[in-house]
Amino acid sequence: MAMLELHNVHAYYGHIHALKGISLTVEKGEIVTLIGANGAGKTSTLRVITMLLPPTEGQVRFEGEDLTQYPTHVIVRKGIAMVPEGRGIFARLTVMENLEMGAYTRTDKKAIEEDLERVFTLFPRLKERRRQLAGTLSGGEQQMLAIGRALMARPRLLLMDEPSMGLAPILVESIFETIQQINRQGTTILLVEQNAHMALQIAHRGYVLRTGEIVLQGTAQELQANEMVQKTYLGMA
Amino acid sequence: MDWKRRFEYWRRRYDLTDVVVWAFGLSILAVAVYGAVRSLQTTPYGWKQWLQFVLYGFSQGGVYALIALGYTLVYGILFMINFAHGEIFMFGAFGSLFVGLALQRIGFWDRYPVLSLIILFLVAMVVSSTVAVIVERVAYRPLRKAPRLVPLITAIGASFTLQYTARSFFGSGPRAYPETPILAGSVNILGIQIGKPYALTIVVSLLMMAGLYAYVQFTKTGKAMRAVAENKEVAALMGIDVDRVIVQTFILGASMAGVAAVLYSVIYIQVKFFMGFIPGIKAFTAAVLGGIGNIPGAMLGGYFLGIFESLGPALILEGLGVTAPNQLKDVIAFTMLVMVLIFRPTGILGEALAEERV
Ligand SMILES: Nc1ncnc2c1ncn2[C@@H]1O[C@H](COP(=O)(O)OP(=O)(O)O)[C@@H](O)[C@H]1O
Ligand SMILES: [Mg+2]
Repeated sequence: MAMLELHNVHAYYGHIHALKGISLTVEKGEIVTLIGANGAGKTSTLRVITMLLPPTEGQVRFEGEDLTQYPTHVIVRKGIAMVPEGRGIFARLTVMENLEMGAYTRTDKKAIEEDLERVFTLFPRLKERRRQLAGTLSGGEQQMLAIGRALMARPRLLLMDEPSMGLAPILVESIFETIQQINRQGTTILLVEQNAHMALQIAHRGYVLRTGEIVLQGTAQELQANEMVQKTYLGMA
Repeated sequence: MDWKRRFEYWRRRYDLTDVVVWAFGLSILAVAVYGAVRSLQTTPYGWKQWLQFVLYGFSQGGVYALIALGYTLVYGILFMINFAHGEIFMFGAFGSLFVGLALQRIGFWDRYPVLSLIILFLVAMVVSSTVAVIVERVAYRPLRKAPRLVPLITAIGASFTLQYTARSFFGSGPRAYPETPILAGSVNILGIQIGKPYALTIVVSLLMMAGLYAYVQFTKTGKAMRAVAENKEVAALMGIDVDRVIVQTFILGASMAGVAAVLYSVIYIQVKFFMGFIPGIKAFTAAVLGGIGNIPGAMLGGYFLGIFESLGPALILEGLGVTAPNQLKDVIAFTMLVMVLIFRPTGILGEALAEERV
């Protein structure tokens, strides 16, 4: 059984039909990437999984359980965390408070301490700045904070929405390395990216989205070798 | 040539309305300053009297600040003005009135005066909170996604509904609040005599505000409130039950209003169904003064308004030869609101807010 399974999911914003029958699976331990142009429906897919955008039709199953019956805050307790598009850090909370909010649902003090250490090991910069208001961080640091905050929930499935957006190339590399590292430490990842090149390098499998539909799927190697992907998303002539 | 371009630039930057409004504001300011100078020269008040004005103002300001916190907390999280907040305050006063009378009847009131007072505070907090929770659930929650004007109108409707509910249950005349013998007489602060209820108000409101600040700053729920205030979707992604935190915010604000209601009733020793209106409007003014949505701002705004209102009549109006200046307290309060809005539209501490959130 797949860890996450979407079956024939439809979703709307008012009259806009944003998702037109999305089906996908994520197996435990994988990095799966969702690529596609701006407006293809990548963010909407993640929003459906966390029920920020309840689907009008179709199923969303996580570890066999139907998620559509739960509100967002309950889904988080099931073991899913999200790094939202545009980071969504709490600018007027300190770095430390942001991380605490990440662990909001947990009560296991000792394990939270451990995870805090782990986040500070991944991102030493956050440790230096833990008393600072998050709004004063640089873009790269905010992205680290958004990822660190999601890890504080100790999720089994991590949803990431364009973590490389707006970052300098050198930072993009290090963020992708971190994502791989997080995955090796045992967290399953569904990664939304416009940077298909980088995403396909670290992902096991991928889906290509276009105007609310999945038009292609396969292993990362297959997608990298696909002519359409090369032309449209990898910028090769 | 150059002056022409410069003139154009300034003309575009500040249109005629701005200039007129500023001129209006500045002339009021000039009159106020003139009045103050004249007052200081001509009135017989010594520094003790002035200090007394300040202390009474500080006490009144404490009540305003406590109520203002309710407006600001709810605004901070829902971006709406809870116009029913004055009535939430009023219901707290009635709740404590009835329990106070009952305690009096059974003799508990005279035997344990301090404990009785504490019970009144707790009862008022609970009653105000209950009303707030009901208003939120019935009147505001269903409209959470509606355009901003809609809950505003509903809030005004809720305010009237509560007022006339109180009137039909408790009558339209004033009710006498139980007298508190331990609060008779006055105490000496810094060589100034001040009535005990006023002193109590100063102490209790400072304590409550310190407690509220610590709660919002340091507890998990307080941090969640601040997170929800910033971004509800992301807060939900943290596993925060946003609806629940909103209810908790209403309860927090209403508890402050409940405490304020007892303090207010102990001072004025009467309670009536429209008693929430004026303090509500004043506290709203205080919240706007401080920068609505900003917690320290509401506290500061409350004290600022209280002290200004208390000093203003003697300091400004007497020098201008106004007779019975105390009756013009409200004029002073609202004139100050207009002045602040002219010169600093976001309120005293409200800088970042207006930009980020509109
Ligand atoms: N809040 C919204 N209101 C209305 N339409 C939206 C909203 N968010 C997204 N859409 C529309 O839904 C479609 C999918 O958007 P989105 O999921 O954000 O795409 P992506 O993340 O791939 O860029 C687009 O056509 C977009 O215009
Ligand atoms: Mg997107």
